[in-house]
Amino acid sequence: MDFSSLFVAFIILSFLGALAGAALNGRPGASRIVSFGCAGLAGLLGIGCAIGALLGGTFELSLFTGRFGTFSFSVDGLSAFFVLMISLLSLVVAIYSAGYVKEYEGKYSLGLMGFLYNMFVLSMVLVVTAHNAVLFLILWEAMSLLSYALVVYENRNKDAVKSGFIYVLMTHMGTAFIAVSFLLIAHFTGSFDFGSFVGAGASMPSVLKSAVFLMLLIGFGTKAGLIPMHIWLPYAHPAAPSNVSALMSGVMVKTAIYMLIRCSFEYLGVTDTWWGLLVLLVASISAVLGVMYALMETDIKRLLAYSTVENVGIILMAVGAAMVFKSYGLLDLAALALIAALFHALNHALFKGLLFMGAGSVLYATHTKNMERLGGLIKKMPYTAAFFFIGALSVAAIPPLNGFVSEWLIFQSLLLSSNFPEMAVKILIPLTVGMLALTGALAAACFVRAFGITFLAMPRSENAESAKEVPPTMLVGMGLAAILCVLGGVLATFIVPFIDRATAPVIGVSIASKLVYGLVLSPVVHSFSSVSPLALAGLLIVILPVVYIASNLYGGRRKTVVGDTWDCGTPLNSRMEYTGTAFSKPLSMIFSSIYRPRKQQKETLTSSPYIKRDITYNDEIEPVYEKYLYSPVARITMEVARRASAIQTGSIQAYLAYIFITLVLLLIIFR
Amino acid sequence: MLFEILQVALIVAISPLITGVIRKLKALLQSRRGPGIFQPYYDLYKLFRKDSVVSRNSSWIFIVTPYIYMAAMLTAALLVPVFITQSLGFAGDLIVFIYLLAMARFFMAVAALDAGSAFGGMGSSREMAISSLAEPTMLLSIFAMALIAGTTSLGDISQQLASSPGLVRPSLFLAFAAFFIATLAENARLPVDNPSTHLELTMIHEAMALEYSGKGLALMELSSMTKLVLFLAVLSNVFMPWGIATDATPMALAIGMIAILLKIGTLAAVIALIESTFSKMRLFRVPNLLTVSFTLALLAVISYYIL
Repeated sequence: MDFSSLFVAFIILSFLGALAGAALNGRPGASRIVSFGCAGLAGLLGIGCAIGALLGGTFELSLFTGRFGTFSFSVDGLSAFFVLMISLLSLVVAIYSAGYVKEYEGKYSLGLMGFLYNMFVLSMVLVVTAHNAVLFLILWEAMSLLSYALVVYENRNKDAVKSGFIYVLMTHMGTAFIAVSFLLIAHFTGSFDFGSFVGAGASMPSVLKSAVFLMLLIGFGTKAGLIPMHIWLPYAHPAAPSNVSALMSGVMVKTAIYMLIRCSFEYLGVTDTWWGLLVLLVASISAVLGVMYALMETDIKRLLAYSTVENVGIILMAVGAAMVFKSYGLLDLAALALIAALFHALNHALFKGLLFMGAGSVLYATHTKNMERLGGLIKKMPYTAAFFFIGALSVAAIPPLNGFVSEWLIFQSLLLSSNFPEMAVKILIPLTVGMLALTGALAAACFVRAFGITFLAMPRSENAESAKEVPPTMLVGMGLAAILCVLGGVLATFIVPFIDRATAPVIGVSIASKLVYGLVLSPVVHSFSSVSPLALAGLLIVILPVVYIASNLYGGRRKTVVGDTWDCGTPLNSRMEYTGTAFSKPLSMIFSSIYRPRKQQKETLTSSPYIKRDITYNDEIEPVYEKYLYSPVARITMEVARRASAIQTGSIQAYLAYIFITLVLLLIIFR
Repeated sequence: MLFEILQVALIVAISPLITGVIRKLKALLQSRRGPGIFQPYYDLYKLFRKDSVVSRNSSWIFIVTPYIYMAAMLTAALLVPVFITQSLGFAGDLIVFIYLLAMARFFMAVAALDAGSAFGGMGSSREMAISSLAEPTMLLSIFAMALIAGTTSLGDISQQLASSPGLVRPSLFLAFAAFFIATLAENARLPVDNPSTHLELTMIHEAMALEYSGKGLALMELSSMTKLVLFLAVLSNVFMPWGIATDATPMALAIGMIAILLKIGTLAAVIALIESTFSKMRLFRVPNLLTVSFTLALLAVISYYIL
């Protein structure tokens, strides 16, 4: 079967959804059903096309040949895997959006939303399939601008506009780095076709090759949200409408990871060990700091955005490990690490999509995303709470869910680093194991807090008190994502061989037969270790009722009385509950050297020093990157601009004189 | 499968006894007579027969947590070799064991927030903070064991170490020390948490279980006791698996059974001794202790490469 027709159908349907959505702008109800209906169907087509390509139906689709080589799209294993990831999430989010965007009815244009959503998904799919450097850059820019438009969709909200500005600034800085490195590579290959880029590194001088790699790391690291280029992410992702946040955090950051993998493994070729070590180091710092900042957030969507920084760090740790293995020629282990990276990327797309949809539902029902004003939602919104809980379990890597399986694989690939030939490298790896473990444990703390404070105990505000469950379409979208999170873990042994098909062409070896033994995953070195998520799930499912029945039989059935929470004699109210800030206080004190918390306490006294009229308490953590990295740059830029303004007098005559002088100078020099 | 189930049954059956022994030893060290070593069995027997009180603020999370906690412990127990080096190793290795405990902790910490009491929140917050410092230590100790034995599967590590004494290296002891400190932290023992107090400002684990009563409390208590014995079994059989049966002959099994009871008993006595000689640390001193254990674990890995 020719899967390229499915791909074309996907493109056409996306355009159709975009245009129909825009055309029906006057009728919001129809617009949202049609545009998100098309997006959903397009998602199904994308899934079909990607699975077909993964099973061997790879294809290439040429548009035209021009000045910059052939503009074409190619879907090979790696592209197909990312197309699958994008389409899968886009499908569930489209179902969710059909209900969610009702929120904007009468406030903002739904036609615009439908148009942008379809085009944004399309641009992401085209980015991961583009087969020409210039085409890639055009699409990359389109993706950035479309997502920018979505970030500032709530354009009467000043914060959203400011976030959008930071985003568009940072993303263009990243694009500049990418463009320069592509030009440098193209200089050596003589063509902009990605086909000719393959193996380009062999003909490049090694210093230049490393420089190109560093620029790519900065460029794609900016989009992926690698610390310290991450600063836009916690602004832009939460500012966008929640369904778009799900896509941005779930899959848009992955397009950068896709291209980084492609460039380093296929185009430049990983020959230097320090590349991998650098990625490993930056990524592990990113993972730890990302989750630490997430722990301090009280805005649920910002918390999730920081958690994306963390998870991108985890994914890139595995990519870095794969690069180190590759540089030593340990291909089997490199493939293992890369499979772990891609699996975690897929899993992150699912659970982060789910969590953002959950946060969106909370926002929809309560109109606040500040968790200190929430609480008790599990009783008002039982389904949303249950789905969010599954997402929280996944992101905290609780067995047997999907986040656990991929994190286990990443641990295994790091533990197998004892096969490295160099002592210095061997000693460095345990530190990253420790950091990954710390990340995992902090993520658990972070999501106990996120779920517990938002959904449990008593409502902390009127908004939370009067919340109602969200419409069925939203629940279906979240429910599907939740089911996929569970299946992704339990059925991991069936998914991993698919991922192997994506990594095999990149690394050069297929290790599915050394990794999957029936229902057991066992990484490459068979005697080393193994896990069977299905067996674990089975054991838990069998043991749970046994425990229940046994404890009810032993001692006979007993009554359960509903009573008050133990309150030491003072009737409990919601202000006495633990807050999110209080929850993370011990960690903020333990890691105070990283957070650099600043406390401000103001007291107004009455005549007696022992009786205070009121106390204001302010506690914030220092924005390290803004203060020490970005502010100085911004200040210098402003200063230079101010100095340069001396020649800008505003008079036409002066400007004409400048033009004349420049012209004369140019004529003299280039005559 | 027979041995696995027998081992789980053994672990659960002796766990109240081990807690009783620790309490009795502590009492003796403090010149008290103390309750008998079977007291925890009587307590559990009584609790299983009591009605439960459930807070009106709480949800299904609060109800299901005791069952899930216990189920996670039993599943984890299936992975641990006790008197024979056989366990359900294919289903999961030492990392899975750690993550099953993380699952139990996740549910318990969430359930502690469910009733809306500040005690629960405090316990939950502190537990998550301390465990996030203990987990890197445990995983690095596992790393060291993986280097020494060439596997992270619990049963295989025991088998390797028990059958080839040449594998014993300094890093084994460093890893043992690191894991032991993590055990104290994970099981809410002194000097990290005081298991025998209900004083609000000091408790961590007890604060999380504060809202439970009746059968729920019984399950939580039994699970915590099981967790302690599980950790002791891992310490015994992963780091010093001498005496464990490597095949299923009656003689080997008998020796294995005696060996594990002796080892767990000894470790329990060590815990009792520590709890009688150390005072509880201030909460914000605990990170120092856990940093020490992390350093030990790191040294264990590095010394493997260097020595």
